[in-house]
Amino acid sequence: MPAVDPSHPSAASPSAASPSAANSGAVNSGAAGPARDTPAARKAVLAAAEIRRALTRIAHEILERTDGAAGVVLLGIPTRGVPLARRLADRIEQVEGQPVPYGSLDVTMYRDDLRLRPARALGRTDVPAAGIDGAVVVLVDDVLYSGRTVRAALDALHDLGRPRAVQLAVLIDRGHRELPVRADYVGKNLPTSKQEVVRVLLTEVDGEDAVVLSRAAPAATASTGSGA
Amino acid sequence: MTGTWLIRGARPLGGEPADIVVRDGLIDSVGGDGGAPAGAQVLDASGLVALPGLVDLHTHLREPGREDAETVETGTRAAALGGFTAVHAMANTEPVADTAGVVEQIWRLGRQAGHCDVHPVGAVTVGLAGAHLAELGAMADSAARVRVFSDDGRCVSDAVLMRRALEYVKAFGGVIAQHAQEPRLTEGAQLNEGEVSGRLGLTGWPAVAEEAIVARDCLLAAHVGSALHVCHVSTAGSVEIIRWAKSKGWRVTAEVTPHHLLLTDDCAAGYDPVFKVNPPLRTAADVAALRAGLADGTIDCVATDHAPHPVEDKETEWDTAAFGMTGLETALRVVQAAMVDTGLLDWAGVADRMSRRPAAIGRLPGPGGALEPGLPASLTLYDASASDTVDPRAHASMSRNSPFAGRVLPGRVVATFRRGAPTVLDGKLA
Amino acid sequence: MNRHLISAADLTRDDALLILDTADELARVSDRPIKKLPTLRGRTVVNLFFEDSTRTRISFEAAAKRLSADVINFSAKGSSVAKGESLKDTALTLEAMGADAVVIRHSASGAPARLAGWVRGTVVNAGDGSHEHPTQALLDAFTIRRKFGRSAGPGPGRGGSAPGGALDGLRVTIVGDVLHSRVARSNVLLLHTLGAEVTLVAPPTLLPVAVGAWPATVSYDLDSALPKTDVVMMLRVQQERMNAAYFPSVREYSRRYGLDGARMAQLPEQAIVMHPGPVNRGVEIAAEVADSARSTIVEQVANGVSVRMAVLYLLLGGAEAQS
Repeated sequence: MPAVDPSHPSAASPSAASPSAANSGAVNSGAAGPARDTPAARKAVLAAAEIRRALTRIAHEILERTDGAAGVVLLGIPTRGVPLARRLADRIEQVEGQPVPYGSLDVTMYRDDLRLRPARALGRTDVPAAGIDGAVVVLVDDVLYSGRTVRAALDALHDLGRPRAVQLAVLIDRGHRELPVRADYVGKNLPTSKQEVVRVLLTEVDGEDAVVLSRAAPAATASTGSGA
Repeated sequence: MTGTWLIRGARPLGGEPADIVVRDGLIDSVGGDGGAPAGAQVLDASGLVALPGLVDLHTHLREPGREDAETVETGTRAAALGGFTAVHAMANTEPVADTAGVVEQIWRLGRQAGHCDVHPVGAVTVGLAGAHLAELGAMADSAARVRVFSDDGRCVSDAVLMRRALEYVKAFGGVIAQHAQEPRLTEGAQLNEGEVSGRLGLTGWPAVAEEAIVARDCLLAAHVGSALHVCHVSTAGSVEIIRWAKSKGWRVTAEVTPHHLLLTDDCAAGYDPVFKVNPPLRTAADVAALRAGLADGTIDCVATDHAPHPVEDKETEWDTAAFGMTGLETALRVVQAAMVDTGLLDWAGVADRMSRRPAAIGRLPGPGGALEPGLPASLTLYDASASDTVDPRAHASMSRNSPFAGRVLPGRVVATFRRGAPTVLDGKLA
Repeated sequence: MNRHLISAADLTRDDALLILDTADELARVSDRPIKKLPTLRGRTVVNLFFEDSTRTRISFEAAAKRLSADVINFSAKGSSVAKGESLKDTALTLEAMGADAVVIRHSASGAPARLAGWVRGTVVNAGDGSHEHPTQALLDAFTIRRKFGRSAGPGPGRGGSAPGGALDGLRVTIVGDVLHSRVARSNVLLLHTLGAEVTLVAPPTLLPVAVGAWPATVSYDLDSALPKTDVVMMLRVQQERMNAAYFPSVREYSRRYGLDGARMAQLPEQAIVMHPGPVNRGVEIAAEVADSARSTIVEQVANGVSVRMAVLYLLLGGAEAQS
């Protein structure tokens, strides 16, 4: 898969931090006006059609690499990993004619940053009835960033059973890993700066499909991004 | 020997400024033409209210027996600093003050300390057990000249015993001061029975437990032709009963504490036992009725029921904490806040309720209770315009259990004179 | 959410729903082979039980341990005249030990409130005198919610879950010694917060004088209340109350206010029977009723662990809340 999306406006300067550089693609993205007027000006990075294609590709890649999704269990990480996992499961079933088990894995209780904010509400953990012992678990999340969410997910899986293998599928990989974690399936690599916020919007949760990039508000820190 | 004093510019009973001259222990003149007698010490009292020395009908000095909470020395210091020149010390000491020997001991301790007059109250029953009359006559004849008798802390609940006590004291002009608390209705009771106690899960103390005894004892006193004094009235119903009894011409007098004029049972919401007291704090309606009763004279006087307790008896969960609040050093200030600043009572009224009437009920010997030439110069100088936050750590009392801690109260006692000799000057012990 | 959980009144409707939704999620931990989550690893929870209560203490202990907290059990069987300085001295000792949370059960109303003034950690009230027992009310609400199909569940929404509902419109009747019951007080407050309609049934002697100010209807007649209720919650009646003249005899109490088979038959079809335990079989509730299919008594105990896990997680699992 390409390391950098050549159509991305900031491809030439992956670590661009200045507002003008980030804004240089304003014409293409349709953002309204220069960034310095609207602090959180958002810029669409992926549209609905591109998301659809990326998921289809990932579904095919999973089928290829797991010998037809044999023994595969898809577990989406709440919030948006869950509808993504369902969409992948649907596509795999359409192609192969066989349903693939999918569910959700909430990692809140395993996070390493719990003490930094008031206690958070839990997402739902729903593991398919057959369990994960001996299965190939494919974790599904919307954005891969520091890698801490995935680390927490691995700990959570560890308490649920013993998979044969664990793989990771993400829609967006935005770099800046803080732990030795890498994704097996990536929808799009998106070089970003730590001042930027990547948000994945999905119809099931947000009413539309899009991936948008915006400037973080001054108080936000890198760890408040939707991915980890 | 007491010196000669010129108290310049005081406002007697809150009235127009007038100079008060004190000579040889007596008030020499009030409102003279400002000439200072030879050798007189001058006290600038401009703006200060002058009241006759306050008399407390109800104090717990704890000595003998509970010197960890208070002694006659520390309690009378507190009294003087509160503007009192005489206090009646309740009998629930250890041993109980139910004999001539014990009351004389307390009386002597008061004289030795020298800060204010201590009039011991004699127990009604031996050991406060409510079974046998104590030797009331012997106590009356003793050097302590006891005239007020009370089992305070406990109620004389046996109707026959109460009748006998009321009858017996007629022989020497004594009065029985009843702590009205029907024991069976208040077993394990912690707080006024009402909305707050129900919410907090604390056993309720119904108003009727006080009112039923007050009614009974008024009728008994009328029946045998004796005098009854009701301690620490706390409910609206009690005020009504006493008003009715007085309207019949019966010899019933009553007192109210400062805290019952200001605080309600809502104070208990945080379960801090500094607000735990017997009788308990009641509702706003009760506070209003008590204020009205004091204003119209149904309640004759303010009595502190100063009840010091050591820290370990109050720093506990509510159920096991001791009942009682200190009050000598804050009494006049609370009365100002509850009665004077609200327009219910003027300073002349305060003088009547905190000096003249309690002295009369206590049957104190000799003239007094007024600022008139020829009377003993026992008086209190008070700055009604002052105001500060109450800090029990600064109190002379050994104990710190004041419910007003941290609260802003008006007023400050500046000086107290007892028969011409100052016990307090400039807010400090003389 | 408040730093302490001392009264059910400390919880807003949102707070209560958050606890119940979290408990729904944590309940599933008990179905896993590894019944443990690492969330409170390194935190110390002290069980300070001045009153005997094996069931509640074990429930809190299990809850804390399932969250990987260290648990210290302090059982101070004081005599009824134990001086309060034990409470303050105990508090100072706990401070020195660095307790992050203290779960306290005490026979004196207000003891947790006093304790909260002496320790820096979080205070959870496991029952104080006649005052409150908020986690009992929470597990009761959790049980009712489950039984009436309003729990959090799978859904298309956030995290693939649909948050649970409240108890709006459900009719709950609480029967028994309301005057002395901390379970009743907490339940009246929490059920009201969650929108349920509460009726209290008891002899007049066992109702507080000012019960009219409570958010509940009062009745002296059990038989007329039963056909119109979705939940019957029976409170334990202590036989000692008979000696203090609250009721003339156990027999008369049971006849007028006990839930027997005949009365159970008067309940609407969907109605459930609850009891906080321990049960006085034959007094407030007949054995056949306690063991019937309508009875949730055993489930309530199991739900207690999940609810207490949720409480400990929400109070201790994040950044320290303001008190």
